Amino acid sequence: MNHSRRTSFPLLLALLIPFALRAQVTPERLLHASDEPQNWLTYSGSYASQRYSLLKQVDPSNVKNLELKWVFQVQSLQKFETTPLVVDGIMYITQSPNDVVAVDANTGRAFWVFHYANSPAARPCCGIVNRGLAILGDTLFMATVDAHLVAIDAKDGHALWNVKVAEPTAGYAMTMAPLVVKDKVIVGVAGGEFGVRGFISAFEAGTGKQVWHADTIPDPDQPGHESWQGNDWEHGGSAVWMTGSYDPDLNLTYWGTGNPGPDFNAVQRAGDNLYSDSVLALDADTGKMKWYFQFSPHDPYDYDSVQVPVLANADWNGSPRKLMLWGNRNGFFYVLDRGTGKFLNGKPFVKVNWASGLDANGRPITTPQPPGVPTYPGIQGGTNWYSPSYSPHTGLFYVSTWEDYGTVFAGVKAEYKEGTRFTGGANTTPIPGAENPAGARQGPVNTYTEALATGGVVALDPKTGEKKWKFAMHDVNTSGILTTATDLLFVGGREGYFQALDARTGALLWKQNLGGEIIAGPISFQVDGKQYITIASGNSLFAFALRE
Amino acid sequence: MKIRCLSLVKPFLFAIVFGIFALHGPAAFAQGQDRAPEYFQSDIQYGAQIFANQCTACHGTSGDLIPGVNFRAGQFKRVVSDNDLRATITNGVPGTAMQPFAFGASELTGIVSYLRNFSSFDARGSVIGNTARGQALFAGAGNCASCHAVNGKGPRVAPDLGDIGALRTAELLHRTLLDPAGMMLPANRPVRAVTKDGKVINGRRLNEDTYTVQLIDEQERLVSLTKADLREFTVLKTTPMPSYKDKFSAQELADLEAYLLSLKGVK
Repeated sequence: MNHSRRTSFPLLLALLIPFALRAQVTPERLLHASDEPQNWLTYSGSYASQRYSLLKQVDPSNVKNLELKWVFQVQSLQKFETTPLVVDGIMYITQSPNDVVAVDANTGRAFWVFHYANSPAARPCCGIVNRGLAILGDTLFMATVDAHLVAIDAKDGHALWNVKVAEPTAGYAMTMAPLVVKDKVIVGVAGGEFGVRGFISAFEAGTGKQVWHADTIPDPDQPGHESWQGNDWEHGGSAVWMTGSYDPDLNLTYWGTGNPGPDFNAVQRAGDNLYSDSVLALDADTGKMKWYFQFSPHDPYDYDSVQVPVLANADWNGSPRKLMLWGNRNGFFYVLDRGTGKFLNGKPFVKVNWASGLDANGRPITTPQPPGVPTYPGIQGGTNWYSPSYSPHTGLFYVSTWEDYGTVFAGVKAEYKEGTRFTGGANTTPIPGAENPAGARQGPVNTYTEALATGGVVALDPKTGEKKWKFAMHDVNTSGILTTATDLLFVGGREGYFQALDARTGALLWKQNLGGEIIAGPISFQVDGKQYITIASGNSLFAFALRE
Repeated sequence: MKIRCLSLVKPFLFAIVFGIFALHGPAAFAQGQDRAPEYFQSDIQYGAQIFANQCTACHGTSGDLIPGVNFRAGQFKRVVSDNDLRATITNGVPGTAMQPFAFGASELTGIVSYLRNFSSFDARGSVIGNTARGQALFAGAGNCASCHAVNGKGPRVAPDLGDIGALRTAELLHRTLLDPAGMMLPANRPVRAVTKDGKVINGRRLNEDTYTVQLIDEQERLVSLTKADLREFTVLKTTPMPSYKDKFSAQELADLEAYLLSLKGVK
């Protein structure tokens, strides 16, 4: 080897390191993610999970000029539920089952593809899907269907480490995007339909070593365990399958938990079944719980409370307050104090008959329906996991809905056997001949939903809990929501339309038929001075920007 | 088998190489029996090592301890093609002591190659590589670590080799070390682009289409270029990775190959 080349290499490397470091996503950048709206650095856009973009190039006056700029077709026919990340012009997309694709955010052309081979033992309850990634430094983090957490080099798509988070043969799976806080990667586990015991864990970003572990069902010597009888807690569910949020001032990370198990035969699990259907506030450094709030005690309806916690700082009765906004699957919209978990307000945002209201502490006043009578909302809820949005500019909270949707619930005894379904239900739709549950669209022809359910987007005022406006859809709505600083609201839907609404009035400003079910959240970012809005529909990701 | 070794990789240029043989190597030849399979010395030798560690407890060193099976004589119970052999090793034989083995593609190629050449293979003529010594060569005298990372540790100038032992057969790795330019994957070729305003961009090609090209540049940045914006765009067919044919001894080359074959990716 030429000696001069040998000696020049370290020098060159030293000169290049600053460039590499500059491009890295530091913890500081994640703290202030919303201040760099040209990027989309976390699953929900920021730690507050508002899915609110400060970009202003596209506004109500020109949104009609949006045109398709590029399409990325994924190599999978499974449901496409990803929210991409965008980091300095590079977009990272997940495609089923657990592939990662790096693409040029300006053209949609791919740099590399990372393929992950799931264990044949994986048995996700409800689709072989993945909803996105987290990033820290130059490393991407992905939770897998076989319950592993994988670190991937964001530059070349090479695996850096891979740790098993839970046992897939027992029904554990992961479909969420992880949450990075400081130097830790935090994930929760799905598996509530298999009688797992849920938990949330944090791992060192550099090594994959577990740092803390927080069970979502308390041990026998812990407070809250008295909400279970006998050994029911061992298979009590309370899974965690959507990404949490983080308040850096409080150093608290917030995570929603899923249904207790068995899902529908609640007589098998007497008690409130803590901490199922709850939000948990955990110390981000230790995982120690500071407070919890349970939305649906002793839930027999599968009302997972895994919705992404939306954090907002707003006036409350004349004083600034740290709020948590939550459109719950159980049909109620909640406002909590996120420092203490104190219930501040709660009102239904869809038809609800399982409870007549909430008491002063936010506990539902239950009104169980007689056998054969439909309960509203039905199994899929008044909303589900679809990301809501909060606009600090309008002060409104926006959520996708399933309207007038009911299910006739009937519990049956369930026997726990590891790795098999543990749901205990014989539920039916009140509509003769209709699909039950209506969890998946059955094709392009739709002639039943006005009887089974409809959908839409509602804008809710956190101060009152009242509905400010509603944008009605013929079909139920499975889309996430994005709002912008120009008071635009972008939302898809199960019918395949991608729409821009006036966030203040709900008026339709623009729509595009993308032809495929939309079960993901839109995002916005900017490259080379051009604001893009992207959405996953069917099996493709579509990128829109203004006509030039 | 005569083996030579890696020499120094020229830093900061775009070496690449491992992997080219996906369409031309023994795995492809062994897919069917419609033409005579071709077996290579490096694969046979690799397979012999795996066989010695994993198979002799039941089959014996001479391959004839199981009734009805005699590798030396080419006698099998139910295997006809190489694909049959791969399937039997991978799936096992239910109801017998033959358990499924989770071997990767390169390991299977090695084992099949060895079993098909069981009687003619002479271990005395082979050079057994040492993984630890190979790792030292990779980081030291071979200068491989100047361009290649292993599971994210190291530069990205050339492809990360953290799973190269799972992706490439022993024979393909061997050929690559001897003739890197000839074996370089087209996908990994160095490219040089000059924009209309004179900016020069050198990098390793990751993807290309009619209108654009995607690469990782010398600063390890992902760059996407529109060809219409370029004054010049060149795909180089040379590689800065030198041949190790005359630079390492047969033992050193075997050591380096042993190390590369041990890189199976993160689990």
